[in-house]
Amino acid sequence: MSTAFSKRQKAGQRVVNIAAGAALLYIFVPIFVIVLFSFNEPKGKYNIKWQNFTLDNWAHPFVEKELTSALWVSLRIALIATVISTILGTLIALSLSRYKFKASGAVNLFLILPLTAPEIVLGSSLATLFLNRSVGFGYLTIIIAHVMFQISFVAVTVRARIRGFDWTLEQAAQDLGATPSRAFWKVTFPLILPGIMAAALLSFALSVDDFIITFFNAGSLVTFPLQIFGASRVKISPQINVLASMLLFVSIGLMAGAMALSRRREHRHTSVVRKKS
Amino acid sequence: MMGLGLGAVALAAQWVKGPSALLVAVAMLAMAIGLIYTAFAGGLEARKSLAPYGLLKPGIIWLCLFFLAPLWSMVVMSLSSKTGRFDFFPDFTWNFENYRIALTKFRPQFIRSFSYAGIATLLTVVIGYPLAYFIAFRGGKYRNILLGLVVVPFFTSYLIRTLAWNNILADEGPVVSLINTLQLSGIFEWLNIMQNGKLMNTPAAVIGGLTYNFLPFMVLPIYVSLEKIDVRLVDAAMDLYSSASQAFRKVVLPLSLPGLFAGGLLVFIPAAGDFVNAQFLGNPQTTMIGNSIQDQFLRQLNYPVASAMSFVLMIIITIIVLIYTKFMGTEDLA
Repeated sequence: MSTAFSKRQKAGQRVVNIAAGAALLYIFVPIFVIVLFSFNEPKGKYNIKWQNFTLDNWAHPFVEKELTSALWVSLRIALIATVISTILGTLIALSLSRYKFKASGAVNLFLILPLTAPEIVLGSSLATLFLNRSVGFGYLTIIIAHVMFQISFVAVTVRARIRGFDWTLEQAAQDLGATPSRAFWKVTFPLILPGIMAAALLSFALSVDDFIITFFNAGSLVTFPLQIFGASRVKISPQINVLASMLLFVSIGLMAGAMALSRRREHRHTSVVRKKS
Repeated sequence: MMGLGLGAVALAAQWVKGPSALLVAVAMLAMAIGLIYTAFAGGLEARKSLAPYGLLKPGIIWLCLFFLAPLWSMVVMSLSSKTGRFDFFPDFTWNFENYRIALTKFRPQFIRSFSYAGIATLLTVVIGYPLAYFIAFRGGKYRNILLGLVVVPFFTSYLIRTLAWNNILADEGPVVSLINTLQLSGIFEWLNIMQNGKLMNTPAAVIGGLTYNFLPFMVLPIYVSLEKIDVRLVDAAMDLYSSASQAFRKVVLPLSLPGLFAGGLLVFIPAAGDFVNAQFLGNPQTTMIGNSIQDQFLRQLNYPVASAMSFVLMIIITIIVLIYTKFMGTEDLA
């Protein structure tokens, strides 16, 4: 009886393992295809059917002028929007995690709303406002839109990362004669910086990749996703895949680096603790 | 603090047009008066209690101006009427006709959006739950790396990810030829996954794209709630002679429901409003409400009807979110 039971249990475990493996495979097949097709030599304008292996596309990643300039536009917008939203979002996160105040529940809900509203609603309503006010569409409107959805994201992410932060450290610094601002910059800020950086990186990625909201608020300015969308009807060049693969490798590198860094920190921390005891 | 009140009132009044300006101004004025009162009437303690509001101020004002105010403009626009195609400033006329058009002419798109998004959400549960379960209970020291793998798709462009399915499902692509060699096309046609020997440009392709693109939003919250489970609870259930599947159904599954519901919301909402998948992987008979809003707004320049559709979509989703937060709170969404 008991062996039959454990056999069934093992079979169940195997099913879970296989299902998980299949899910990971499903996640990675398109990624693999994107990288693979960056080495394709398409016949005609659409890089859809596999033809021949070539390194040409990687040798000339920036020949598609419009695509490259669109990528620069996206990176520039993301940089500015991320700086603004990281500052504003972090202030909100600090306020929420450090102080207990009556309105904090309402503020929490208010922060969640932009994250749960469909992008198409955010994009079209903001565009309506800009139209009403006759604001010219371009860099300004895109940056405003990106900061809007990034603020909530940064605030929520940073708050999650600094939950459980020991605020008495700051008081200790003040007891030792530091001014409140000095205590903040010398004690609190370095400790919460990794969380802020993580949020900034992710919201940078959100900005570079945003399509729907940008689509409504771009006017004639073309960002990287908009260029791909527009081009997809006439021409899908392998350079799209090359640039996408580059972005992919850079981000994976950054993420792996951040992970290794935080692990080293943790390691150092535990070894210090061990030494003390 | 006075800055908050006066500045925001001035900004909002300038920013929002027509009848709405008054409403916003009054609300902001009330807030400002409250703050000024505390600042002057209270002592040091009361002034200290204002510190959190000072930190909130810039971010919240940004959200008021560029998230709340636009929603209001959208409502006003949805009740306006245009005098001609190139009338860029429709007048507010209580024109409910826009809503009639949104709900009759575009009813198929609404129904399609919600059914596609619903099916995609179910599929993300089926695909994502075992993966989250595996990472949480069998991941061991590789947990973080596995979680990293789950979010790798986010590091490629959303549009390119979707286009990649074009490569995979193409008529002469690997999947179609595999199905044809195995002579399974009959079954796939019967299941309505294939149409006329094609996988591309079918409802199934659109739903598949939605499922793929939003899968990580399901895996991560489920993982978070599974990871919190004390494994000893499962051991206890087994000690009390439950079978493995009973232990799962009575202990693990109920405890992972918060993650499941949060994931459901995080997948369903973007899927219902999406138009990229329907555009790239679908056909004219698979358009979703996002396609219609986009088309009415940016091509037909019919802002009032587009706004009415947006508003209906938002109301439906807000109701879903409110029901969710009533039972589950806002914690799991973050």
